[in-house]
This record gives sequence, structure tokens and C-alpha cells, in this order.
Amino acid sequence: MSTITDALQNRILVLDGAMGTMLQRYNFSEEDFRGERFKTYPTSLKGNNDLLSLTQPKAIAEVHRKYFEAGADIVETNTFSGTTIGMADYNMEELVYELNYESAKIAKQVANEFTRANPEQPRFVAGSIGPTNRTASLSPDVNRPEYRAVTFEDLRVAYKQQVEALLDGGVDVLLVETIFDTLNAKAALFAIDQVKEERNLDVPIMVSGTITDASGRTLSGQTVEAFLTSISHIPLLSVGFNCALGADQLQPYLQRLSHETEFYTSAHPNAGLPNAFGEYDQTPEQMQTLIENYLKDGLVNIIGGCCGTTPEHIKKIAEAAKKYKPRKIAVAV
Amino acid sequence: MQLLSRWNLYEKELKMLNTKNKYLTLSGLEPLIVTPESNFINVGERTNVTGSRKFLRLIKEENYHEALEVARDQVEGGAQIIDVNMDEGMLDGKQAMVTFLNLIASEPDIARLPIMIDSSKWEIIEAGLQVVQGKSVVNSISLKEGEAEFIRQAKLVKRYGAAVIVMAFDEVGQADSLDRRIEICQRSYDILVNKVNFQPQDIIFDPNIFPVATGMDEHRLNALDFFKATKWIRENLPYANVSGGVSNVSFSFRGNNVVREAINSAFLYHAIQHGMNMGIVNPTMLEVYDEIPKDLLEHVEDVLFDRRDDATERLLDFAETVKGDKKLDVAKVLEWRNDALQDRITHSLVKGIDAFIIEDVEEARQSVLKPIEVIEGHLMIGMNVVGDLFGSGKMFLPQVVKSARVMKKAVAYLQPFIEAEKDGKQEFAGRVLMATVKGDVHDIGKNIVSVVLGCNNYQIIDLGVMVPPEKIIETAKRENVDIIGLSGLITPSLDEMVYVSKEMEKQGFNVPLLIGGATTSRAHAAVKIAPNYSNTVIHVNDASRAVTVVGDLLKKDSRVYKEQIREEYEKFREQFLKRGKKKDYCTIEDARKRKFKIGWNTAEITKPNQLGIHVFEEFDIASLEDYIDWSPFFRSWDLHGKYPDILTDEVVGTQATDLFKDAKALLKRVFNEKLLKAKAVFGLFPANTVNDDDIQIYDENGKLKATFLTLRQQLDKREGVSNFALADFVAPKDSGAQDFMGCFCVSAGFGTAELAKQFESNHDDYNSIMIKALADRLAEAFAEYLHKEVRTTYWGYAENENLSNDELIKESYKGIRPAPGYPACPDHLEKKTIWKVLQVKETIGVELTDSLAMWPAASVSGYYFGNKDAKYFGLGKITEDQLKDYAKRRGISNEEAEKWLSPNLAD
Repeated sequence: MSTITDALQNRILVLDGAMGTMLQRYNFSEEDFRGERFKTYPTSLKGNNDLLSLTQPKAIAEVHRKYFEAGADIVETNTFSGTTIGMADYNMEELVYELNYESAKIAKQVANEFTRANPEQPRFVAGSIGPTNRTASLSPDVNRPEYRAVTFEDLRVAYKQQVEALLDGGVDVLLVETIFDTLNAKAALFAIDQVKEERNLDVPIMVSGTITDASGRTLSGQTVEAFLTSISHIPLLSVGFNCALGADQLQPYLQRLSHETEFYTSAHPNAGLPNAFGEYDQTPEQMQTLIENYLKDGLVNIIGGCCGTTPEHIKKIAEAAKKYKPRKIAVAV
Repeated sequence: MQLLSRWNLYEKELKMLNTKNKYLTLSGLEPLIVTPESNFINVGERTNVTGSRKFLRLIKEENYHEALEVARDQVEGGAQIIDVNMDEGMLDGKQAMVTFLNLIASEPDIARLPIMIDSSKWEIIEAGLQVVQGKSVVNSISLKEGEAEFIRQAKLVKRYGAAVIVMAFDEVGQADSLDRRIEICQRSYDILVNKVNFQPQDIIFDPNIFPVATGMDEHRLNALDFFKATKWIRENLPYANVSGGVSNVSFSFRGNNVVREAINSAFLYHAIQHGMNMGIVNPTMLEVYDEIPKDLLEHVEDVLFDRRDDATERLLDFAETVKGDKKLDVAKVLEWRNDALQDRITHSLVKGIDAFIIEDVEEARQSVLKPIEVIEGHLMIGMNVVGDLFGSGKMFLPQVVKSARVMKKAVAYLQPFIEAEKDGKQEFAGRVLMATVKGDVHDIGKNIVSVVLGCNNYQIIDLGVMVPPEKIIETAKRENVDIIGLSGLITPSLDEMVYVSKEMEKQGFNVPLLIGGATTSRAHAAVKIAPNYSNTVIHVNDASRAVTVVGDLLKKDSRVYKEQIREEYEKFREQFLKRGKKKDYCTIEDARKRKFKIGWNTAEITKPNQLGIHVFEEFDIASLEDYIDWSPFFRSWDLHGKYPDILTDEVVGTQATDLFKDAKALLKRVFNEKLLKAKAVFGLFPANTVNDDDIQIYDENGKLKATFLTLRQQLDKREGVSNFALADFVAPKDSGAQDFMGCFCVSAGFGTAELAKQFESNHDDYNSIMIKALADRLAEAFAEYLHKEVRTTYWGYAENENLSNDELIKESYKGIRPAPGYPACPDHLEKKTIWKVLQVKETIGVELTDSLAMWPAASVSGYYFGNKDAKYFGLGKITEDQLKDYAKRRGISNEEAEKWLSPNLAD
């Protein structure tokens, strides 16, 4: 069996696209979100996408399947908000382990189906670790800049539980993504490093930050280079950017990142910028053209999509990725 | 198993690769890379309670505000890392460390630097590590408590992602000789690199700087041993760095600053030569090495290098002779006042300093034959520098406007002299007429463009706001202007501009027409205006482009440029018109069938606590400060970005911060001196929707009071997606449910025009623009505040709502307050209905212009909808059938309806 690091040496790997955009197509109602099991749950559950891994597992598997069919090498587990901090909104802290474990299993099962069918193209599962809805280095209260709604320790504990469940569920890689506050990511990396040591296990880690706007910085204010410096203390499989921007707006930052780092690089941009109605309307063809610019310049090793991207987008991206050689990691002279 | 071994292989490969880049790299919001080419890295040391009494006092008093200023001073003084130490018996060190570091994190100009977390207590260090997002430096760990503890701490430092200072200290004690320094550093290095897997470039040794010239024999080698140890470390422990606290070396000369500064500086010089690459240095306690008097330097270096047995005595004796010779700190700030006259004038203009300009201009006037030469010479030279800096993106709009203020002051001073000369007449680069078109009162953008052009030596004829087309035409003819600039913010102004362009053609004008303002667009200029006028029409939406565009238009040979623009616009127009009927629309009947449906039999309807009309006449404007949404304020100055991030933006951060400071200052004046008045009127009424799209409101007896007409989206949407109209948010009459809605008008603009005029008469365009921009923000803030009051008290459907200001700005509350003229209801005519219902003009004095702009300009009006499903939407385009239907409902002709709704008609 081939591994993700082998695969990365030979070709550009394709990551999947948006889960949320796909789930929207199902138009799930409150009842659908609840399923049988949570019929009488006291909190409103509509919108808790992570929960669908328990109540609509077939839909989740179907989305993964569509992305693999489109040519993705890696799919992300449906666990973007799967921490006690994220689940507090739905009073579902107790379910965090199960959500992550089951999500990982669903994705892994589909991945195995595809790998069995075509061993030439092994498929992988990345455990998605989102940023949570709180920031450790920014105050939510303008009048109390010293205040923090979440501490490093809160985050570390929450992330550790998520990481353990994802690993138990069988993910191949951990993906700390959509990092808008680097301190949150550092807590996740701290937790991962602890688990690795406790279990004497080496699991590849992908890190993906988010440049929020044209200022070229993360939400917590760091430049590309400062961000990279702040997360490079742990050996990473890859570092990259996702979300907030479309492929064209992201390119200059990706260029800087690619130039500075000796890790593999990744990108999963949005399907353009949202229009006035908050919808993403960049077509698969348009996105393909923009992504080809990355590939021509040899900027990435892993490429996929974030908000607004669909299997149609990923299909086009995968077609393009096939035509190019992966980015070379600068070799010591 | 295989996976694991391959991964390990990858990790090994990585390690190999990383040898390429073995430089200490740290980060705050920005990175700091310490390469062999880097100069000595200067660590700021005044935010240290053990070293600064002032800082200790501030922390003890919990005066964090001033404590932050200490940090900021260091940044401005050139520190590259900020050392923070809270080790004091009387303090809760952990809490003080966390609080201070959290506060630094919210000050982007400080937080851009990496932090050195300095404590002798591990728990304080760890608390610090948990609150910094960047890669910081731990100061320090050592083998003092044994190897096990050293390893434990080092592993954590690594896991938190920090670099570390290692003190030359072990179980036996502090290293005080060269051998002991080498022994401890070697041992620490081996443990860190081999057992902890610490990156060697992240290790910084502190081989102990001890005082020299103490008079004790065992201290004679203190400096020399440090130098040698430093050199040894750099040569024998690959990639490791060396640091130290420098002022300690001169400790025995406390009270004699001349000698202390000389020792510090000479020591630092030689330490750097030996390989020390970073250190804690107080820059105010440092003489420039080359400026240390030769005799003093010789005595100092004798001590440092232990060159004579009597070196210490000789230095002590010499020190007596220079005691108390402390130089006064010359106010460096004013050094530029000694420069040549032209440099001073240029400096004042570039920096926007008006304190000296009159005095300098007077000096210049006496040096020339005619006073006009000062303008054409000295001042223009200075303004050209401003123009160049602005053009190359090194200056930003608010600075340029400040420069203009200085320029205006200078010109005003010279004016009487020029007039006395009679024949002196200023030569301008061109004459530009500027006007906000009829019916529109918004002029912030127009004024900024005027100022910027004025700075570039164009004569500006500014006709102000609400200028009728006849006046524009007549003035342009009489003054023989070279360019006409039209501005407008509300949608009816677009039509006015079309009208002016047609008039210009009729009258045979042949000067370029500049179009600008918030609702204008290149598309509108190309499709609706340019075809009417044979000369150039060009859309310019930011002031920074205005200068280049006007410059190019007025060049002697501008024919080619003008042709280019014409071609460009023609092409754009063709494409725009050809873009096909990509969008499909449904009929108004179908749209109504697909209206947004709320289940009215179960919907929660709250009856307002206080129905009827309410007036706020004397409102305390100061209480609005917290409700201000600042991002649009910066936008009005052409600084783009989100507040507060914009204050730290790489490109415009400094200017945004300056602008913000000035805005806050003026705001304070406004509050203290009650310069602006805010008033509001609003009403809450029983209401029901009739005939799908109309909302009727009733008085207390159920009698019809007025009807609001709403417009419905007609874009053909996917199955299951509704076509919205505001009427959908109010219960239909036939549902049997009695629903409610409201409407309002607020203004914070009373007094703005007078103040602006006052500023203008003082040649202060900067504050004139500022006050208008602030009044706009206050009006929006007032609307936000009033909406909250309505939700929680007057209507009371959200009595328990508790939202932060940010959440307010993000509109995360229940219910909406759409305004006529904005996307959900682009129909400005609705304002007339609101005015009638609330008697707006009679109660609070806000008036409507011909184009239905509000006067004073800083006003907001709109409706209140309280249903939890009510949301903002954009109407988009509507088609002929709805237009006709609307005209009938409104009781106006199709033509008039078309005029008011033209921007929303599908073509």
C-alpha cells in the first residue's frame, strides 16, 4: 500500500471541495437533522452539519463518494466544528467523541472502496480540525481588550479529544484548517504533539491558514511569513491556505508561502468571492483556469476547494492537476 | 508499519533540508529573521518591573494604558523584540504577564514584534507562552534545577513553539569563568539538540554579563571572559546565538552616566565583534562608539580587556573628571528647524505641520522680488514632493489633505501681499469646476478630490451641493474652465448627470467631464453618459486617481489619451450591452405567487409597548460613540479595510491610525462643546399587508393612516427560493392577524454645515471634511441606537436582547430597518410617505430635496419590521409589468415611475 508521502513525491494530490455547499443541496429540515435519535432533543439542531454524520450518514458518504468520483485523492471528514467548544452551541458536548469517530469511519470506508477499486490511485482521509468559533488572541469585547473568550488550555483539551477520536476512527492525516487565529492552531498542534507522544505514533499533519482579506494577513493580524514562522516548530506534511479568498486573490500569498517553506504546500480556495447575495458563482471552468496558474508556477503539492466548490469544480481541478508536475521542495545544496 | 517508516524517512529528509535555513526566526504579527547579515538584534528592556521603577509603578497601579505606552515607546525607539518581565514579590506575576501580553496583542503597532517572555518562575513563563500567537523567546531556562527539569521545560518550550535563552547556570551555580561558561553551554547544547530534538538555531545562550571595574581582583576578567565565551559558542555550537543584558557591565558606575554610557557602548561594540548577535540594551544609556572621547575610550577598553593592572583605578580617577557632564537631551523632534528654508517648507508640507509655516513663508517672501514667487517657487516645490509621494503610494489621502491645510494657510498669508502687487497672478495648471448635482447634498468625496487637485496646483471652482444644471453650465462658460467634475451619492443623481451631459453637448462644450460618487459606476458612465457627449467622459471613483487623470487630460497633447478613453468606453459599452439577456425574469404575478411565506397563524407577533409617534429633540450625542461603525469612515477617506484591522494594515495602517486619532479628537470636541445636535422621530403602528405588495398602517382607531408601497424581486429563481418584497414581513389583512410596523428618521447633522464652513474659513479642509464624515457616522450610530431602543423598549419584542457593538454592526439582531433608496427598497418616493406620517419636517426639521435626499445630509430614515424572519435583501431588477403596476398604485405616470426607478429597470 502506498502512502500519502509517496504519492506527494510523484504527483499533485487533489483535496475535496466544500461539504457545506453540498449538504445545502439536500435541503435538510430540522427533522432531518434530528433523525430518530434526537427527535426530542431540547435544542434546535438545524445547521449542525457535523451531526449529520450520525443522523444522515448516507448523505455524508454520498458527498465523499462524489468527490472521490470527481478525482479527489483526499477527502476531509465532516468534523469542522467537532469540538466541545463548537458543539456548545447545540448543547452536544457529550457527543464530540462519537461525531469525530463516526465521521472518520464513514470517510475511511468510502476511501477504502475507491482504493480497492483502483489501487493505482490510493485515496486518503484527512481529519478536519476547524478553528472553533472563538479566538484565543483576540478579545470579542472592544471595551476589554485584555479579555479572552477562550484560553489556550480550553482549546488544547478540546482539540486533544477531537484528535484522539479522529485517529481512532482511522484518518490518515490530520488537517488543522481555516486558521484565522494562529494561537488556536498552536493549541491544536500542541494537542496533536501530545497525542503523538502518548501513543508513540507518527501521523502526518497538514496546516492551512486563512488570509482574511486584501490586507494579506490572518484575522489575528499576522503576515504570511509570521504565520509560517509561528507554526513551523512541529514537523508538518504541508502548510497552505484555504477559505476567505478566491483562487486569484490567494495567489500572491501562496507564492510567498511557497517560496519560504520547505514543507509541502496546499491550497483550497473558495469558488471566488461571494456575490451580493452571499453565493459563490465562480464556475468550475473559471476556477480551473485560475488554479492552472498555480500549477504552471509550481506553487502547490495539494490542491482542492473550500466554500462554494462542488464535485464539478474538483473534477476540473483534478483534470488540470494531472497535467502538471508537483512543486519541488527546495533541496539543500 | 510501512506508513510509519516512510513518514520517518520524510521527517529525516526534512531535517536535512532544514539545514539550509538554520537561522533563528521569530514572529509577532511580522517575522524577524536573524541571519549572519542582520545587525545586532536590540531587545527592548523597559517593560521589565525589575529594571524599570516607572514600569513597576504603572503595573502596581494597574495603569496598563500607560504601561502600553512604555512598550510603544520602545517600538518607536527601534527595539526589535520586547522583553516583558513581571517578577516582583508584590505582584501576581502570572496574572500581570497574561494581562499585559493580551493587551499588547490588541495593539498592532506593538504586537508586530516578537515577545521575550522573561521570568525566573516557570509558571509565569508558561502562562505567557499560552497567550502569544507568534514565535516568542523564553528568557530563560537553565540546568540550575537539574537535568530532568531542564528537559521538561525545554520540551514544553518546543511544543509551544518558542525559542529559548539558556543561562550559563547549572546545579553548582552560575558560570563565572571562561571554562565554566564553556562547560555549561556545551552540556546544555548537547541535551537540547540530542535529547530534546530542539532546533539548534532556536537556542540563545546568555553567558552572563557581570560588572567590570568593581575593584575586586576576581572580577578583572569579567568582560574578557564573556567575549571569549561568546566567540567559543559561535565557533563550536553550530547555529546557536548569543545574547546578554548589557547595562549590567557598567553597574559600578551608577550615577555617572557619561562613563556608564561609554562602558556600555564599548562593551557592546566588542561583544558584537566576538559574535553576540542579540541583547538587552537601553538605547538611552548608550553613547555612539565613535563619539566616545578618545581618552575615555582608552581607559574603558583597558578595563574591558584587562590590559593594565591599574586599569580600574585609572578609570575611576578619570571618571571623577567627567562626572555630571550629562548632555542635555536636545529635543530631536525639532532638529529639522535648523535645515535650509526650502527644506523646512517642504518638511512642513509633507508632514502636514502648520506651526511654523507662516514664519517660514514670511522669510521666503522677504527673499524674493514678488510674493507670488513664494507660491510658484517654495510652496510648489514642496507640494510637488507631496504629489510625487502620493503618486508613488508613499503618502495617503488624509496626509495629503493635511498638507493642503498647510498650503492653504501659507497662500492665505501671502494673498494680501500678492494683491498689493496687483500684477501678481498665480499661474495654475488648470481650472476645474466641481459640483454635487441638483437634489443631492453629499459632498465628502467631492471635497476630497477638490483638495487633492488643489494641492496639485489646479484652481478649483467648487459650486458646492445641490447645484442646478444651469448654474454648472453658466459658471463653466463664464470661468472658461478646463474640466467639469460632477459628483453624487443617491441614485436620482445619476439621471441628473445624464441631463448635464446632454446640456453640455447642446451648448457645444468641449471640455472633459469627470463623473464620481458612491452610486456612479464605470458602467453607468459608459452606457448612459458617454454617448450623450462628444468630448471625454470619464469615471473616477477615487481621489488618488483624479490627479493622474486630470493631468493626462490637460496635457498639451491629450488627444491620444482621450481617444483611448473613448475607445475603451465604447468597447465596454458594447460588451455591457451585448452581455445578453443572461438573466431571466418572471412576471410580477408569478413573483407574487412565489412570495416569501411566513406562517401567520403560528407566527409570534408582539404588540408594541408604546404605539404612536415619539420624538427625541435633545438627545445626548455623546452616548452614540460606542455605536459607531468605523469601517465606512475610513472608506470615505479612500482607506480601505475593516476597522480595527485597518489600523494595523501593512500599507495604510499608520495613516489610518493618524486619521483615527484626529477623528477621535474632533469627536471629543463635538461631545464636550455640544457642537452637533441629534434629533429623531419615529412611530410604531398597527399594520397589515394588502394586495400582496402594499402595507397599510392604521391609527389607534383602526383608521387607515398611510400605505407603504413595496417592490418585489422578479429575478427567476430556483424552485423553492422566494421572490421577496418587504410586504412579506407583515401579516396580510386576510390572515386575520393584527401585525405592526414602524418608521423613523434620525439626524445627527444639525450644526455640521456651520462647523464645516467655520473650518473652511480657517483654510482647514481637513477638519471640514472630517466633521461631515463624523456626522454621517453619528447619524448611522443614532439609527443603530434607536433601533435597539425600539426592539427592547418601545416595541419590546426583543426585551432580553444583549448584543455587543460588533454584533450590532453585524446586524445579528432580530428584525430589520431597511431604508428607502437602498437595495431592499430603492424607491426614494417612500420617503415622502414617511415624512407625511411622522411629520418629519415639522417635528425635527429634516427636509427632503427635489431628488429626495435628506438635509442635513447626516440623516437616516427607514422602516422597522419586527418579524424574526424579516431579512435584508436586494430588489435587483424589475420588469415593465411591475413598473406599470407600481405607477398605478402610486398614482403617477409611467414616465415618472420610470424616472424614479430607472436604476432598477431590467433592460
